[in-house]
Amino acid sequence: MAALLAVAQAATLALVLGLLYRPLGDYMARIYTSDRDLKVERGLYRLIGVDPRGEQSWPAYLRGVLAFSLVGLLLVYALQRMQAVLPYSLGLPAVPEGLAFNTAASFVANTNWQSYSPELTMGYTVQLAGLAVQNFVSAAVGIAIAVALVRGFARRGSATIGNFWVDLVRGAFRLLLPLSIVGAIVLVVGGVVQNFNGFTEVSTLAGGTQQLPGGPVASQEVIKLLGTNGGGFFNANSAHPFENPTAWTNLFEVVLMLAIPFALPRTFGRMVGSNRQGYAILAVMATLYVVSLVTLSALEAAGNGTAPQLAGAAMEGKEARFGIFGSTLFGTTSTLTSTGAVNSMHDSFTALGGMMPMLNMMLGEVAPGGVGSGLYGMLVLAVIAVFIAGLLVGRTPEYLGKKIGPREIKLASLYILVTPTLVLAGTALSFAIPGVREDVEHVSIWNPGVHGMSEVLYAFTSASNNNGSAFAGLTANTPWLNTALGVAMLLGRFVPIVFVLALAGSLAAQRKVPETAGTLPTYKPQFVGLLVGVTVLITALTYFPVLTLGPLAEGLS
Amino acid sequence: MASTRTTLRTHWVALRAMLVFTLVLGVAYTALVTAIGQLALPARANGSLVHDAAGEVVGSSLIGQSFADASGAPLPGWFQPRPSAAGDGYDGGASSGSNLGPENPDLVSAIGERRSRVAAADGVSPDAVPADALTASGSGLDPHISPEYARRQVARVAEVRGLPEAEVAKLVDAHVQGRDLGYLGDETVNVLELNLALAALVGD
Repeated sequence: MAALLAVAQAATLALVLGLLYRPLGDYMARIYTSDRDLKVERGLYRLIGVDPRGEQSWPAYLRGVLAFSLVGLLLVYALQRMQAVLPYSLGLPAVPEGLAFNTAASFVANTNWQSYSPELTMGYTVQLAGLAVQNFVSAAVGIAIAVALVRGFARRGSATIGNFWVDLVRGAFRLLLPLSIVGAIVLVVGGVVQNFNGFTEVSTLAGGTQQLPGGPVASQEVIKLLGTNGGGFFNANSAHPFENPTAWTNLFEVVLMLAIPFALPRTFGRMVGSNRQGYAILAVMATLYVVSLVTLSALEAAGNGTAPQLAGAAMEGKEARFGIFGSTLFGTTSTLTSTGAVNSMHDSFTALGGMMPMLNMMLGEVAPGGVGSGLYGMLVLAVIAVFIAGLLVGRTPEYLGKKIGPREIKLASLYILVTPTLVLAGTALSFAIPGVREDVEHVSIWNPGVHGMSEVLYAFTSASNNNGSAFAGLTANTPWLNTALGVAMLLGRFVPIVFVLALAGSLAAQRKVPETAGTLPTYKPQFVGLLVGVTVLITALTYFPVLTLGPLAEGLS
Repeated sequence: MASTRTTLRTHWVALRAMLVFTLVLGVAYTALVTAIGQLALPARANGSLVHDAAGEVVGSSLIGQSFADASGAPLPGWFQPRPSAAGDGYDGGASSGSNLGPENPDLVSAIGERRSRVAAADGVSPDAVPADALTASGSGLDPHISPEYARRQVARVAEVRGLPEAEVAKLVDAHVQGRDLGYLGDETVNVLELNLALAALVGD
């Protein structure tokens, strides 16, 4: 019965995403290929001093991305530091320096890791003018990078890859804003609050008192999910009934997280002039997603481990209205995209169940991944896959008519190396630096034994992959973790972006090579299988050793 | 390499763009959604508040609350919610799960203690206590319990309140919420709404 209901819910999700795939994907392709500006956009370009027809080389495009993100970082930092004098701050003081840096880095990098408890730290102005704005624009930046890379495949002999400011403005205003307005209203219908009431004290039925929170939650909740950001308005994130009140809002929130990432392969197919190339990428993403969802759901339904066995079910950290499948569906979605929102506490999952969100992130968040970042991550893996196929079966390494030469392989390999380096180095340093180790063990770690090591591994995996979810027992608001995770988030976001844009520039400059008998057809099931294999293999080889120290040790002992 | 001048110009563009985005996506967008919510759906936008028979606000139908005395001991005359890790329990200003791992000895012993306490209070066998009665939710504000846990509490509540068991059981049955659209999520009972109906029944 439970399994049947789960399948029905998953089928509903698949149906909705299937219906969205073409119209949303085609709409995005039009947004990013149209040479017409809306009147209001023309005014905006004049205001910010941009020529919308001015095409940019990849270094110029990158400069725009970095300058815009730096300004965002400083603005979010400044808003937090000035909180005491901002309106609607609920009497909260300025956010301390270390935490303000971590939070600014986190939201600019589309991570939304939260070292703080929002109810006790962030007033409404910082939330809406700082954090929610970054939820929009960091998502728009992610899609822009993906589109720039797709242009690299689509263009021939071109010195340019588009205009960053145009891509940014169109992504924010033509895509994210209208969808957010509609989505926010749907969430209010479901019961998500939207007010400026602050805390209301009520006398409870049993004669006690309770503080009921308020806030502009629906407007922030929708873009937190649609932009695969994940930062909760409240500490409990999407487990909080004011963020996610019912089982149907839960499914709606899952749709919000997946809508854009799963439709982007269509945009890709459109822009390179071959829809079946898009279907191949979609098939890879969907395969990994389904396998991961089934695995986590089976593990949590089985409920192995001392505490879940004793309780009779793995319900610690899960909400009654969602049940186990509503929780695993959300958790899988959140960590296979770069969202990192949670509707159940991953720290309390069964040992092997808790490993699944980690594995999802370690895959590089490509199934379907964050908005934009999922597609560019998967295309980099496709480049690697084409190269490996070339070595294995003697095919010419080319993808979509572009030669995969030494420069392309170097850039793709560097891309692949960045996050594992950050994850493993960050985790290792946390236990290796004298002083830091004691602090991590005695202040930060919440659960004893190997589970505590998993909390630290999870944190660096989440930060470096720009996910933002946590084994939330970990106290991350310490000088070491605020700094190290903040740096990991920034490097994990922007270093790969440098390589992707360089790759885009290198591909755009190439002429198209004609298809020959030696060309690997990259739209056929064999390529889908190869790409799934490459994705899993790279992850397994990189992370298996460290997983044996944490969740595998806990789950198999 | 780009000249200093180009770099400065790029940052000047970035700053102006960020300010425009802040005004439109931060301020105007939030104001628009708030206006729509407050005008079209004020009850929901303001937290789905519920009132007692006298018209006083007693909480939100979406947010669980504690039915314990000042020392934290459960009041047997009320249906009890799940254990909560939000502050001292159902603290609306500090939503949180316990974040205790599956092998954490504190969680293992807490579950054992809860099982014997709930079994004794409800007069049921320890094996009959359902999982949601033994585990804290993710938010610490879960307004629901399983229909099974609500039914296990009927005998206790009826006895303390001096009501026929059948009447209290009927009340519980009337408060079982089906799955959304018939198949999403789990069946639940909203504890605050159930207890409100109970209060109306006994004229409390």
